[in-house]
Amino acid sequence: MKRYSLTFLALGFFILAVGLSWAGVLSPYLQLILMFVGVNIMMSSSLNLVNGYMGEFSCGHAGFMAVGAYTTSLLTVWFFTTGSVFGPNLLAPAWAIVLFPFLLLFGGLIAALAGLLVAFPSFRTRGDYLAIITLAVNYIVKSAIENVQPIGGARGFMGMGRVISGMKEVADLPWMMIWTWIFAFLTMLLIKRFVSSTYGKGIIAIRDDEIAAEIMGVNTRRAKMVAFMLSSGLAGLAGGLFAHILGYINPGSFGIMKSTEALVMVYLGGMGSLSGSVLSAVVFTLLLEVLRPLQLYKWVVVPLILILLMLFRTEGLLGHRELTDSFPHLKRILGLKEKGHASL
Amino acid sequence: MFVQNIINALQWGSFYALIALGYSMVYGVLLLINFAHGDIFMVGAYIGFFVSTLLLGAYSFQLPWKLSGGLVVFLTFLLTMAITSGVGVTIERVAYRPLRRKGVSRLYVVITALMVGLLLENGNLALLGASRRNFPELIPKVLYSVGDVNFTNIKIIVIAVTLLVFLFLQTVVLKTKWGMAMRAISYDRMAVPLMGIPADTIIVMTFVLGSSMAAVAGILFAVSYPILEPYMGALVGWKAFISAVVGGIGDIRGAFVGGLILGFTEIFVAALFPSTLRDLIAFGILLLILTLRPTGIFGVARRTKV
Repeated sequence: MKRYSLTFLALGFFILAVGLSWAGVLSPYLQLILMFVGVNIMMSSSLNLVNGYMGEFSCGHAGFMAVGAYTTSLLTVWFFTTGSVFGPNLLAPAWAIVLFPFLLLFGGLIAALAGLLVAFPSFRTRGDYLAIITLAVNYIVKSAIENVQPIGGARGFMGMGRVISGMKEVADLPWMMIWTWIFAFLTMLLIKRFVSSTYGKGIIAIRDDEIAAEIMGVNTRRAKMVAFMLSSGLAGLAGGLFAHILGYINPGSFGIMKSTEALVMVYLGGMGSLSGSVLSAVVFTLLLEVLRPLQLYKWVVVPLILILLMLFRTEGLLGHRELTDSFPHLKRILGLKEKGHASL
Repeated sequence: MFVQNIINALQWGSFYALIALGYSMVYGVLLLINFAHGDIFMVGAYIGFFVSTLLLGAYSFQLPWKLSGGLVVFLTFLLTMAITSGVGVTIERVAYRPLRRKGVSRLYVVITALMVGLLLENGNLALLGASRRNFPELIPKVLYSVGDVNFTNIKIIVIAVTLLVFLFLQTVVLKTKWGMAMRAISYDRMAVPLMGIPADTIIVMTFVLGSSMAAVAGILFAVSYPILEPYMGALVGWKAFISAVVGGIGDIRGAFVGGLILGFTEIFVAALFPSTLRDLIAFGILLLILTLRPTGIFGVARRTKV
C-alpha cells in the first residue's frame, strides 16, 4: 500500500482538480491557471533534462513548443473541424476524444525530430556557442512559421476551441484539464524513470566530465541525441496542450520571452532536480498570477526576484537535490523507500 | 542599386558592430555573455534623448546661455557616454561582481545577465510609459546624390564614427598597458592579480569602454531612426550578440567583421528575397558559418586540458 502512496497522491490530486472543475467550483480563471501550471511543469522538467542533468545551455525551448503546437493544432483542426483553411472535417468530432492523445504524441514526435537540429551542432560545440545555435534555431522556427501564409503566418492560427467543443458534446467534462494533467504526470514519470536509468546516468556523467564519460564507455553522441530529442519531444507535447488550452496560437508567443520563462523556471528550481523544476513551475506560474495587479511592474519584479535569488541562493530552490533529500521522512511516507532496511 | 545597398549595409552593420564590441570585450575579459548589453544600448539612446532635450532647453530647467548645435552634439555624446558607463559599471558591481566573488559557474551569471536585461527593458516601460519618444534632430539631414545613389550625411557619419571607434579600440587594446592587461586577463584570470594588476579595475574599464560604445551606437541609431521605444534594444542586442560570435567572440576585429557581415546579410537578403524571410535567411546563413567554423572567424579555439 505504502509503495503506491505517490501514485495515490497523484491520482487524488487529479480527481480533485477534474472534479472541482466539472462541478463548477473552480472558476474558469482558476482552471486556466491550473492548466498553465501543468503545461509549465512539462516545459520546465523537459528543459531541465538538457540544461540541468546534461549541463548544456539550450536557450531555444520555445521553438520546439511551437513545432509541437502547430503540428498538433493543424492536425486536429484538419481532422475534426470544418473551417476555411482545411475544408470539411475528415472524421466525426466525437473521434477527437480517442485520437487527441495520439495527435498530441505525433506533434511531440515532430518536435523531437526538430530537436535533432539542435542535437547535431551540440556534438561539436558546447556552452556559449550552443546557446547561440539554440537561439538561432528558435528564431528560425518562429520566422519559418511566420512565413507560411496558408496557416495564418504571423496572424496566428485558431480553431482548436471547436475541437474541444466537439469533445464536450460527447461528455461534458473539463477535457483540457484531464488531458493536461494526464500528460503532465506522464512527463514527470517518464523523466524520473529516464534519469534513474542507465541512459540517465550517462547523461549526468556527460555533465560532470564529458571526456571521462566517453572513456568509460558512454556513447556520448547517442546520449546527447536521445536527451535532446526527449526534451524537445516533451516540449512539443507541452506546446500542443498549450495551443488547445488557449484555442489560438501565433508565432509571436513562442519567441525569446517564452524561452526565457522556461530558463527561469529551470534555474529557479535548481539544475538537475526534477522536484525542483516541478516546484518552481508551480511557484512561477502562481507568482505571475499573484503579481498581476501590479500590471507593468510585474515584469520588473520577476527579474528582480531572480537576480536576488541568483545573488543569495545560486543553486535555486532545491539545488542539485530532490525534495526527498531535504525532507527524508517524505521518502518513507510516499513509499519511495523500501521498508526493512536497517537504519544506520 | 548595388552601391546603394552597400552603403546601407555598411551603416546597418555599423550599429551591430558597435554593440557587438561590448559583447566581445566583456566576453574576452570575463568569459561572460553580457545579455544586458543590448538593453544598455537602449538605455544609452534614452539617456541621449534626455540629455539632448535638456541641453536644447525643452525642460523648465534652462541653462543660462544658448548652446550652438555643434556644442550640443558634442556634449550629448560626452555626457551620454559617461552616464551609460555609469549604468554599465553599476550593473557590474551589483549583479556580476558578487557572483564572481562566490566563484559560481558561469551559467548563473549569464542567467543574471538575462534578468538584468529584462529588468532594464520592463523598468523603462514601467517608469517612462509605452509612448514612443521622438529624438530631436541634432544633426540636420543633408541628402547627397551621386549618380544613382542617394545617401544622407548621417549614414556617412555613422560609418565614419564606427571606423574611428575601431581604430581607437585597436590602439587601446594592442598598444597601451591597459589593453595588455585586458588581454592578460583573458588568458589567465588567476595569474593577473598575482602580477600586481588590479583585475577589478580592468574589468570596470572593460565595462566602461563597452557601455560607452553602446551609448555611441544608441545616439547614432536615434539620430538615424528618431523613434525610441523600450524594446528597441532586445532584437538588436541578440543580433549583435550573434554577429559577435560569428566574428569570433573575444576579439575586437571579430566584433566589427561579424557586425558588418550581419549587416550585409540582412540588407542583401532583404533586397533579393521577400522581406519577411529576412530574419530566417540571415539566421540560417549565420548558423551555416558557425557550423563550418564553430569558433567564429577570428576566434581561437580554447583547449580544455583533460
